[in-house]
Amino acid sequence: MGASSLIVLAMAAIAFALGGISIAKIFVKGSINPQKGQAYESGIKSSGTAWSQFSVGYYLFALIFLIFDVELVFIYPWAVVVKQVGIAALIEIIIFVSILFLGFLYAHKKGALKWM
Amino acid sequence: MLSLENITNAVHEWLNATLNPNLALLSEFLIVGVLAIALFAVLGLSLVLMERKVAAFIQIRLGPNRVGPFGMFQTVADTLKLIMKEGLTPDGADKFLFNLAPYIVMIAAMMLLAPIAFAKGFQIWDINIGVLFLTAVSSISVIGILMAGWASNNKYSLLGAMRSGAQIVSYELSAGLSIITIVILTGSLQISDIINAQANGWWIFKGHIPVLISFVIFIIAVTAETNRAPFDLAEAESELTAGFHTEYSGMKFALFFLAEYINIFIACAIGATLFLGGWMPFHIGHWEAFNHIMDFIPSSFWFIGKTFFLIFLMMWFRWTFPRLRIDQLLNLEWKYLLPISLVNLLVVALMAVMGWYF
Repeated sequence: MGASSLIVLAMAAIAFALGGISIAKIFVKGSINPQKGQAYESGIKSSGTAWSQFSVGYYLFALIFLIFDVELVFIYPWAVVVKQVGIAALIEIIIFVSILFLGFLYAHKKGALKWM
Repeated sequence: MLSLENITNAVHEWLNATLNPNLALLSEFLIVGVLAIALFAVLGLSLVLMERKVAAFIQIRLGPNRVGPFGMFQTVADTLKLIMKEGLTPDGADKFLFNLAPYIVMIAAMMLLAPIAFAKGFQIWDINIGVLFLTAVSSISVIGILMAGWASNNKYSLLGAMRSGAQIVSYELSAGLSIITIVILTGSLQISDIINAQANGWWIFKGHIPVLISFVIFIIAVTAETNRAPFDLAEAESELTAGFHTEYSGMKFALFFLAEYINIFIACAIGATLFLGGWMPFHIGHWEAFNHIMDFIPSSFWFIGKTFFLIFLMMWFRWTFPRLRIDQLLNLEWKYLLPISLVNLLVVALMAVMGWYF
């Protein structure tokens, strides 16, 4: 099967999820109660919303991840042909990875990889 | 010999002979969809039961043993219970995203089934960029997780989702790099090419120590990517109640739970395909008689056996190692696994160029 199988699988997933949720809706008789709608925070009344500031550390890691993920995308086509091209491809990737590694060392030196 | 390949071919021919082409294609789509849903349900039920039984085995107790023989229908009963539960949506939540998130996680998990070779010639779509497809689509589920955590408007959910996101994207790098080592050795991204390259020996045996290193890194990375203990910070019960799905209940929770187990299966299936030869039987050099006996075991049994061995390994980890702290977790990835796998990549490339493998 070709690319259409992806659509079929996505439809199957939607059918599965939608089917399950709507069957549950048929069977369940819910009750309305003011406590039910509150966020569950271990029984303590929640104060404020969760949509506020949180640690910037995650953002830093996401940035570094982006750099390395783009690098990974560049490596994929290289990985397919390296056996045919031979030693030239190997030298090229050593240069590429060492430049990247310098960047990685810089980020490490700056303390970007340290969890705060 | 009766094999899945012959059955699918026979069904294909029969449908084309009896119906007109469009209707035949439509009914094939329907069969694939129904089979995929059935696989999902069976895998979810059996993996949850297996998890509980393995946990019980390791802790020297019996585990579920009341519902059906050896507690086989325990998970079915649990699923029925979950269907009967009310699906709550908190008042403060972003209702649209809250309800959308389980669908995204499910769709990502289901689409990952496409390039996986379950048996010889039994594959939904033998896409020529199979490995790239698997790594790309598997990272879509992060979006679903982040969406679920953010939309819940619950501090635990948000923290769990953020941790989960940081963890999944970090470990994706070393998982990707260890997958690339196999791509270098095979010279192709297509799953069937990768399996055929292992006809005279699996990569884990042919590739010497560098491939062994990348296999170990791959297993560590996928354990982290699927949010399993010892890397289950995203839903650390003692800190975050249930992580990103704290606010989900009933069927929506069941969908997250199911997708989690399907992702474990798929990660282990990828590991089994790349390193342990997928459906390829175990062959030793020139032992013709031995190889012939091994060929008699159906290819689907080999695939399922290898995959469930890796799943068992991951369940074993859970009861062996204590949970890491978030800084330890990120240190492990960025300061150890990533540099090691980068160096390992170069070593494997040298091996491939020089032909230093069997």
